[in-house]
Amino acid sequence: MEIFSINFHSFAGNLLSPLFALVFAPLLPGIINRVKAFFAGRQGPPLLQPYLEIFRLLQKDSVYSTSTSWLFRVAPVAVFAATLSATFFIPVTLWAAPAAIPSDLVILLYLLAFARFFMIISALDTASAFEGMGASREAFFSLMAEPVAFICFINLMREAHTGSVAVALTSASLFTNSISVILSALPLFIVLLAENSRIPFDDPNTHLELTMIHEVMILDNSGSGLALFEYAAAIKLWFFAVIIGRILLPVTAAHPLLQTLLLLCIVAGIATAVGIAESVMARLRLLKVPQLLFGAGVAALLGFFMSITGALTW
Amino acid sequence: MIETTLIYVIVTVLLGTAGLFFRVTNGNSDRFIGRAISVVSILFVTGFLIMAVLHPTPIQNAVFMWKMPFASFATGIDWLSMFFLVPLLILTASSSLYGSGYMAGHSSDRGHWLQFSLLTAGMVLVLLARNALLFLIAWELMSLSSFFLVITDRKNESSIRAGWIYFVTTHLGTAFLIVLFFMFAAISGSFDFSAWRPELFTGRTADVIFILSLFAFGLKAGFIPFHVWLPLAHPAAPSHVSALMSGIMIKMGIYGIIRVLLFISPFHAWWGGLLIVLGAVSGILGVLFAIGQHDIKQLLAYHSVENIGIILLGIGLGVAGVAYGSPLVALFGFAGGLLHVVNHSLFKSILFFGAGAVIRQTGTGHIDRMGGLIRSMPKTAAAFLIGAIAICGLPFFNGFISECFIYTGSIRAAVFSARPQLALLAMTVLLSLGLIGGLAAACFAKVFGVVFLGEPRLDTAEKHKEASASMVTGMWILVSLCVIIGLGSPLVVPLLVKPVFMLLPAGSVTSVQPLFGFSLRISAILFACIGVVVVVSLVRILFDRGKSPAGSAPTWDCGYVKPDASMQYTASSFADPIIHFFRLPLAAKRSMNKTIAPLPGVPWIFSSSVDDWFLSRIFSPMVSSVKNLFSLLHWFQSGKSQLYILYIALTVLGLILWKYFL
Repeated sequence: MEIFSINFHSFAGNLLSPLFALVFAPLLPGIINRVKAFFAGRQGPPLLQPYLEIFRLLQKDSVYSTSTSWLFRVAPVAVFAATLSATFFIPVTLWAAPAAIPSDLVILLYLLAFARFFMIISALDTASAFEGMGASREAFFSLMAEPVAFICFINLMREAHTGSVAVALTSASLFTNSISVILSALPLFIVLLAENSRIPFDDPNTHLELTMIHEVMILDNSGSGLALFEYAAAIKLWFFAVIIGRILLPVTAAHPLLQTLLLLCIVAGIATAVGIAESVMARLRLLKVPQLLFGAGVAALLGFFMSITGALTW
Repeated sequence: MIETTLIYVIVTVLLGTAGLFFRVTNGNSDRFIGRAISVVSILFVTGFLIMAVLHPTPIQNAVFMWKMPFASFATGIDWLSMFFLVPLLILTASSSLYGSGYMAGHSSDRGHWLQFSLLTAGMVLVLLARNALLFLIAWELMSLSSFFLVITDRKNESSIRAGWIYFVTTHLGTAFLIVLFFMFAAISGSFDFSAWRPELFTGRTADVIFILSLFAFGLKAGFIPFHVWLPLAHPAAPSHVSALMSGIMIKMGIYGIIRVLLFISPFHAWWGGLLIVLGAVSGILGVLFAIGQHDIKQLLAYHSVENIGIILLGIGLGVAGVAYGSPLVALFGFAGGLLHVVNHSLFKSILFFGAGAVIRQTGTGHIDRMGGLIRSMPKTAAAFLIGAIAICGLPFFNGFISECFIYTGSIRAAVFSARPQLALLAMTVLLSLGLIGGLAAACFAKVFGVVFLGEPRLDTAEKHKEASASMVTGMWILVSLCVIIGLGSPLVVPLLVKPVFMLLPAGSVTSVQPLFGFSLRISAILFACIGVVVVVSLVRILFDRGKSPAGSAPTWDCGYVKPDASMQYTASSFADPIIHFFRLPLAAKRSMNKTIAPLPGVPWIFSSSVDDWFLSRIFSPMVSSVKNLFSLLHWFQSGKSQLYILYIALTVLGLILWKYFL
């Protein structure tokens, strides 16, 4: 059977990715908050505050709204498990080549979509107009972001000549000066901001429920459910940051350990960039958001056209 | 095997006929006959599958005695027929079981089960027919019986209108079908399919035949722009009939297109391109129209348009792959398209069954008047949720597998193809599928969230109860199949590749391995993900252990103490950003009484609607202009019988003169 012919090392290599995600993901919101505090001239919360938050929430009792059903209680598990499973396909370490599964791109994007679907219906389960509003915006923005992500990944896979994202992301040819890679990394950063509800798409610190997206959808969660949602959000941010970090990583460096350390530094740098972006700009008007994502999609598509014109014969 | 199938058809029709002899008023006839048809179908499909597994080559042909000019009762079963026959039988079984509960006590027509069994018989014969005239007769049997089923509610003006629009469009299709068959017969000299060999139909002839087949079968399959009858006919018919029509009858159009593709060769690249463009337009516009609907069954009908689009994307990718000489792309494209035929028939029926159960309880099809049904109808809600996840193509259920195949084919083409044309087509498929997936997820989050979750919006909520046992069983049979295909896709691949190999050029792909190995990996990954879900649940239970039992409180509504059901977000509001963004292709209308100040007691009224402009701006004007043209004949057709006799006499005279002098 072919499936067992994937060597053990590559699976083990992939298995490390969820572990890294579990350990390091909550660091990213910590970094972002510190950067924002620095720009605002505050001292800010400790770097490890998100870990403490998650642990504190796990300890607490839960309160459920009388409007909710069993779905509301299982949704956090579905969201967290699907998000964590998606990280399996994004290699963090280089001790072994990643398992090459054709079309892992579809699996990882659809796992994220599965998580999002449960997030949205759990928000609708509370019978609250505010959470419904957030759910509606989440559905709308993500359906704009998903095709952009598709084009970017296809560009990377074309550059690396492989049908697997995991292999493409570890390919040495990505860090060339190919224009289509640059035209993918930038849109992917915009997708990161949109998918993780950061400024300019959503302001995680706003006090007004009417304008929130992600935060308002989890308003009614508490205890372990809220902990899982917060943790899943951190992992999703980690997921996109590692992808972009992989693209920026010069793979020619010698030792795998060194490369992993370098990758972690780049990911921290991306979190810093998100923090800086949040500090220096305001949230976009909701109606402008599709235009930004559309622009990102056009840029990525331009990269695709440039990539195929190399072979264009008509 | 053919004989057994024909015996099954006869038994089913006899059972349907028995319904004529029952009294209409009590529901016993519906209960008895529906269940009998269901049992017969289950027995037959089980036997059929066992025989198909035991006989590795089920290709059979049989010609029966039939005294009909130009026609022969030539029948046959090959892998393609079989691939459509299995879901047809499964759907017949589950929808007659569901219908036995759904119609009980609601039937006003003792012919209902006869019409139902004739619809099944017509579809089986369409799949078996190997002669053009037999095919046409079966096709008409299918179309007419479904027409009568659409107008089941004869007192309702709108269902009569829906019936007529269906009647006109389906016969427009039949007209094209007759032209198509005459063209085949004129070239090959026979009405038997066995004489239609691919080497006879090439080049320009093949182009013309392909276009004709799109018209002839497209009007049945219902892809845009031929979909106008679909959103009207499905809501009008009883829910189990909607399931059968949407689940498998429209797929007869897809069957027809594929059957025609087997008669013509070689495939031209632009056919694939055209199919992909049609698929992309149907898929995206279909789901956008669906998001704008307020009636649950109309919404589901538009999702059929969307899913036919996905099927066309797969088949188009397959045709393009064959034409550009990329057999692996073609393999995944065809496999995805064909598997989606089966998958859509399963999950769309679940959704129609669920919608029917909800409508029976609430007495309305309007989404914004429902809510909170998950508490009174938990089994229906769970089945609907699984159907919704499956139709969005999300993991763990069957929709994911077929979409994954199409994605894999197009990723292969987009990444590796040296042909920029194929890469561009593949990118079109990818982007359309991605957009369709996002839109479908938004749409079904809306439907499930507003119908089943939150607080009930109707006053009658306390009286709602779970659907009857036969309705629930009908749904869960299909749910179990969705799970089996979703998690155990390697089990389906051996049956799936057989019709796919018929479409690929001989010898280009000889091994099942690419498809089988891929589905094995997908399966392994999905099981691993389920493992993650289990572990996460266990960890959560571990943390929650020893805590005080979960408290409850009203939803936090930003300070309001007593939120009520009318303050929930509605389906229209949920969909509004999407509808507003795509307002141009949808011709969406919004209205709000802005002129009135929001004084106490003066309500603000906001409404939005998405009407099908294909019907109002293209089809209706076209049909009425044809009607005007033919009304010119009125002076000729006065209604006086003497005049008609004169016409006959003049014609005979003319013929005699023509015979003598020319």
